[in-house]
Amino acid sequence: MSIIEVENLKYRYPDLTDLVLDDLSFSVEKGECLGIVGENTAGKSTLCYALAGLIPHFYKGAYGGKVTVNGLVVREHEIAEIVENIGLVFENPFSQMTGAKKTVYEEVAFGLENLGLDRKEMHRRIEQYLKLLDVFGLKDKNPFDLSGGQMQRVAIASVLAMEPDVLILDEPTSQLDPQGSREVFEVIEQLTEKGMTIILVEHKMEQIAQYADRVLLLHQGRQVALDTPEKIFSRPDLKGFGVTPPVVTNISKALNVRYPDSELFPVTIEAFKRLEEAK
Amino acid sequence: MNTFELKDVAFSYSPDIQIFDGLDLSFDSRTTAIVGQNGAGKTTLVKLMKGLLKPSKGTLLIDGESIAKETAAQLSRRVGLVFQNPNDQIFKTNVLEEVMFGPLNIGMSRSEAEKAAREALQKVDLESKVDDNPYDLSLSERKLIALASILAMDTEMVIFDEPTMGQDFAGKEKIKAIIEELNTEGKLVLCILHDMDFAAEAFERTVVMNQGEIILDGQTRDVFSKKEVLEKAYLEQPYVTQIAHALGYNESFIHESELIAFLNKNA
Ligand SMILES: Nc1ncnc2c1ncn2[C@@H]1O[C@H](COP(=O)(O)OP(=O)(O)OP(=O)(O)O)[C@@H](O)[C@H]1O
Ligand SMILES: Nc1ncnc2c1ncn2[C@@H]1O[C@H](COP(=O)(O)OP(=O)(O)O)[C@@H](O)[C@H]1O
Ligand SMILES: [Mg+2]
Ligand SMILES: [Mg+2]
Repeated sequence: MSIIEVENLKYRYPDLTDLVLDDLSFSVEKGECLGIVGENTAGKSTLCYALAGLIPHFYKGAYGGKVTVNGLVVREHEIAEIVENIGLVFENPFSQMTGAKKTVYEEVAFGLENLGLDRKEMHRRIEQYLKLLDVFGLKDKNPFDLSGGQMQRVAIASVLAMEPDVLILDEPTSQLDPQGSREVFEVIEQLTEKGMTIILVEHKMEQIAQYADRVLLLHQGRQVALDTPEKIFSRPDLKGFGVTPPVVTNISKALNVRYPDSELFPVTIEAFKRLEEAK
Repeated sequence: MNTFELKDVAFSYSPDIQIFDGLDLSFDSRTTAIVGQNGAGKTTLVKLMKGLLKPSKGTLLIDGESIAKETAAQLSRRVGLVFQNPNDQIFKTNVLEEVMFGPLNIGMSRSEAEKAAREALQKVDLESKVDDNPYDLSLSERKLIALASILAMDTEMVIFDEPTMGQDFAGKEKIKAIIEELNTEGKLVLCILHDMDFAAEAFERTVVMNQGEIILDGQTRDVFSKKEVLEKAYLEQPYVTQIAHALGYNESFIHESELIAFLNKNA
């Protein structure tokens, strides 16, 4: 069995008339990084909520189909049980803050307290993950006195510290400076190598191209395609779904630099260079 | 408004950490992007300009006149700020009411305010959402609602704090068009960004802030050619520039079309 199995998932928020998730079916293997792309309002964040169990436990509305994560049928288990295995980094870091803790340190400790870890292990993890995100120096600050990017780093650290089996990241670097953003993606790569499964929603297609094993293209709640970054970004109809490929793929298309005997274009600078040199 | 200047400005949230210490910076009719690492002081700078924070030293001047005596209410007619986090700005439960709030607050009549609000919502393509609750919308839509609320106030200067955050291609194109329109109308436009490609494409001038200091300031193309300085400030060059360098070209390209034209010629 795959670590994530989605079967005919349908969902509509209360009071809406149209389905926001319309018959999605896919599975994700352990240690895989699945990228999710799509235009604004395609349903990306909603899908994240459904994978993490916030739908249907927190957001009511019409729900159909089945989501199984790590052997748990999401609909049949309490949120408290689900969060032990599935971590979700919200698109707005503000939503991640408990609002009840006076320091960044306590904020990260909050999630860990429910895991029943001993003091020493808790301290070790808090220090490790705050340092990983380069915010250990802010540990005594009030979480609400941070800059936007600093808060986003704390939000990521607090979820990573739980060391979940499945990690869902909804535009995790939207407020990070370019190098901070690159560092987060490198961390993601290391985590998948250690067997963590990652779902990554991103508008930065360069990062999806480099770090995602496969990409799910969503449009108006429907699953348009689930394929390798090369296949997705080489689609001639991509723009019609409100998605633009990485800059290097655009340039490859304009110059007709493609893989030999195929319709596929390179999606990373390295691949582009190799193909240019081979010409 | 022709210029907004900061002279010898100092500010700190707490005595132990100085965010600005003698900052000099001025803005004019050139569309300007501010880039810099997380925590550099970008949001703090624009909150000072909007009068939400008070400097401990120095002067802020509009067209050469100090704004120290202007009340927050007076200043809000002149300087509009779209917050980094839309949740800090939105508090009504109806989109139209939300966008009308600012205009009403600066003294427009209800009918004027409604007209301004509808026009602003049209600019961000969200006129169909007038009756919705902003909290039932996706974050990217909420961000555009917050932007429309400021546009509706028709201020002489518009400041955007990370407007492209969470936006797709179409959203970014809308924002680009809005910036150009504001500039054509003669307004001052200032934008904080983490998206180097967007900064390179849409702004005449780029300012790099690092730990409360300005370490680069000039024409966008020149600023983005300074790889080492940018990296020191935790930034990167735009992807187009990176691609050109990876291919061994030293010219500094900042637009996709430029690089394509150049590569075609050299092919
Ligand atoms: N209300 C506050 N109280 C205390 N410190 C604050 C407060 N707001 C911001 N700071 C601190 O001031 C510094 C500058 O913050 P600011 O929000 O201006 O950064 P920024 O450049 O906008 O960063 P980002 O790119 O992450 O949004 C940071 O170190 C931050 O932690
Ligand atoms: N809490 C909510 N209540 C009602 N509708 C919502 C809610 N959150 C999102 N929506 C709607 O669901 C659709 C998908 O939103 P979302 O999943 O946030 O899209 P994305 O993350 O792809 O931008 C949008 O039309 C949005 O307005
Ligand atoms: Mg979203
Ligand atoms: Mg900021």
